[in-house]
Amino acid sequence: MVGIITYGAYIPRYRIKTEEIARVWGANGPEIAAGLGVKEKSVPDLDEDTITMSVEAARYALARRDIPRDAIGAIYVGSESHPYAVKPSSATVGEAIGATPVMTAADFEFACKAGTAGIQTCMGMVKSGMIEYGCAIGADTAQGAPGDALEYTASAGGAAIFIGNEKPIAEINHTCSFTTDTPDFWRREGQIYPSHGGRFSGDPAYFKHVQGAAHLMLDQMGTEPSDYDYAIFHQPNAKFPRRVSKMLGFTAEQIGPGLAVPRLGNTYSGAVPVGISATLDVAKPGDRIFVTSYGSGAGSDAFDITVTDVIESDIFNRSAAPTVEELLANGKYLDYALYAKHKGKIVMQ
Amino acid sequence: MREVAVVGVGLTQFGERWDTSFRNLFVEAGAKALEDAGMSGDQIDEMFIGNMSGGRFVLQEHIGALIADHAGLTKNHIPATRVEAACASGGLAFRQAYATVASGMQDIVIAGGVEKMTDVGGSETTDALAGAADREWEGLAGATFPGLYAMIATDYMNRYGLTREQLAMVSVKNHRNGVHNPIAQYRKEITVEDVMRSTLVADPLRLLDCSPVTDGAAAVILCPMEMAREFTDTPVKVLASSQASDTISLHDRRDFSTLDATVAAGRRAFKQASLTPKDIGMVEVHDCFTIAELCAIEDLGFCVKGEAGKLTEDGQTAIGGSIPVNTSGGLKSCGHPVGATGIKQVCEIVSQLRGEAVGRQVDAEIGMTHNVGGTGATVVCNILGV
Amino acid sequence: MSVPRYWRKQQNRYNLKGNRCETCGRYFFPPRAICPECRREGKIVDYEFSGNGTVRTFTVIRTASDDYDIQTPYAIAIIELEEGTCMTAQVICEPDEMYIGMPVKRVFRKVISEGDSGVIVYGTKFVPA
Repeated sequence: MVGIITYGAYIPRYRIKTEEIARVWGANGPEIAAGLGVKEKSVPDLDEDTITMSVEAARYALARRDIPRDAIGAIYVGSESHPYAVKPSSATVGEAIGATPVMTAADFEFACKAGTAGIQTCMGMVKSGMIEYGCAIGADTAQGAPGDALEYTASAGGAAIFIGNEKPIAEINHTCSFTTDTPDFWRREGQIYPSHGGRFSGDPAYFKHVQGAAHLMLDQMGTEPSDYDYAIFHQPNAKFPRRVSKMLGFTAEQIGPGLAVPRLGNTYSGAVPVGISATLDVAKPGDRIFVTSYGSGAGSDAFDITVTDVIESDIFNRSAAPTVEELLANGKYLDYALYAKHKGKIVMQ
Repeated sequence: MREVAVVGVGLTQFGERWDTSFRNLFVEAGAKALEDAGMSGDQIDEMFIGNMSGGRFVLQEHIGALIADHAGLTKNHIPATRVEAACASGGLAFRQAYATVASGMQDIVIAGGVEKMTDVGGSETTDALAGAADREWEGLAGATFPGLYAMIATDYMNRYGLTREQLAMVSVKNHRNGVHNPIAQYRKEITVEDVMRSTLVADPLRLLDCSPVTDGAAAVILCPMEMAREFTDTPVKVLASSQASDTISLHDRRDFSTLDATVAAGRRAFKQASLTPKDIGMVEVHDCFTIAELCAIEDLGFCVKGEAGKLTEDGQTAIGGSIPVNTSGGLKSCGHPVGATGIKQVCEIVSQLRGEAVGRQVDAEIGMTHNVGGTGATVVCNILGV
Repeated sequence: MSVPRYWRKQQNRYNLKGNRCETCGRYFFPPRAICPECRREGKIVDYEFSGNGTVRTFTVIRTASDDYDIQTPYAIAIIELEEGTCMTAQVICEPDEMYIGMPVKRVFRKVISEGDSGVIVYGTKFVPA
């Protein structure tokens, strides 16, 4: 049965508080923090980018379980902030984890669901026997324009999920998707910052597609929310996933472990992969996990996952890499000026 | 091998020479050396020129021919060779010239050094100088040239208890000497407080621990001892000229606080001359950074490892001390036009031995020079005497 | 440097791939074509270093060339890898946290980027272990 073989998350150590960003723009910090449900977000170091974070996440995953590197047949990195517009992040990741040269690779883009699209692709390639192991990474050094609402939540981080058939730590029982052409959030080629449709990115976008895919999953699996121990939804802020989970019938306890956004911000393509990592950090054999990602433009990928005994066996060493909680702890706080320097928001020439 | 003498020396003013080009800097020094030797250019048989970075600083290669041409020497089609070992390029030129005369291959050979560093900006200079170290494995990692010597200083200070003030005293002494050197870039005294207050470049080294960026050229003329009196009443004999190499990267060295190439070149020079450190009246060492002077004093054998800071503090390396070091003002006060320094050091010792070092004279008959490339990958030592 | 030069040593920078001399047992990072001890008698084989090491000496770079200047002040150290050979690398931590003897482990980071349109060079740096 195809499933997750190992996983690893990476979060940079710098942080900035919502209130500090609000201070610069003359806005009410506590009010915004409360409204978004995000009190601080992660900030990349000057020498970090989507590629470096993807490599660290993949290396953490391999530290938990060593897969023969020449058996990794595919690597897909999904991001909205690939360091190159043309030159694949996935090839560098492959080189850095010793999987090259016998493998395929490509970079994905589908806003915040590029990582989960990679998971689906790896599933197909494994199930069909084309590859033994595949690696799907979702990672971003997300950008929000100065003074824009997105600036409070656009953060940095990602996770690597390895897919295979052989003794998975969690079986992926099913996946399905709901996709339409919806212009809720986009970035034109050459533009630094994305644009978005404001309130349009709510009901017609996030909520329609997340619910669309979630209902498809529940119907196709014949399940109800109460059949699951955990649920992970895309988290552009804390408000949306709390609302959609309630609408679907999931509880706050179910979404708790996978909800990193209040302290992490929105890592765009990294959001759901990090949510999956955070959940697997605490899951026990037999736990059933419901996942629905969302990418603007727009689409949602849903997954139904059951954790196996392997997660607590001696072929998998969960403590060999930091948990999401450990990665979130001990952040180093920056003021807005240093944050702007780190994010390349200061015009240097 | 026959005995070789220095019969003429010439130095340009060292400093920011905005009005003078790379080629004209050397012509200035060469002309002065010929004047000093009372010699005509037609008498020169061969030329060796030390230059580290003509290619980066003035986008010029083929420096041997360029300099020979503008010195008016290509009329006689003399052999002209550019030699390079980063900051030891001048030392290399001297030793090659010495060997050419000593072996009997040529009679009158000019050894020069020149560097024109100020035609490019600070960032380009920092980057060019990083070529003295390992570009691929030190430079690419982000280590600057001062950064490498700073790591030597950190290691040294940790092991031998050298204080920051003792290190500063090296610069203070060299500046005091430089006041009396007409060609020095900086001819002003500084204090330990000045050094300690100057801006940090790479911890623990501060701006005033570092030799400056300088334009300059130097030239010396060598001939067989038996011919020397045709040109000068005060020939200075080359008693030894030695060279040694070591790993290009600091991280591959046996001991970060010891330049093994200095130890090797020093021993070879003393052996060639049948002398010991006790016989040396004054020494010009390669103080690209203050810590380099302390290591040099120890590695050449003038004192035990770890003691050079105390030796400096006690005034033993000042003029009047037991072993005057860098009476010229060193690289710190004269400035460090990279390719010229090794030759300038010889000029200083020759002036001293001739009794012409006004205001900074030491009474001695034997002097030594020590020139380093990079963080110690090449070292050239010369011993001269009257 | 140039694109082929960066590419040629990629595996070495990314994965601390060096080599060792089986004849005398010495480890080399950066890799060497010839063993300095044994020279042509030495049998050189590939070796991938663990990435664990100790700071032997260090400095804090405060002035650097344009490509590195945005990161100043940053710590550079000579790190003794646990296998016994030394290399030069950046250590990512507060400059005043650095000390001789500090244990470090490797991380994957950007080394430099050649302006806005050139290549990005990646490699290994270190963090306190």
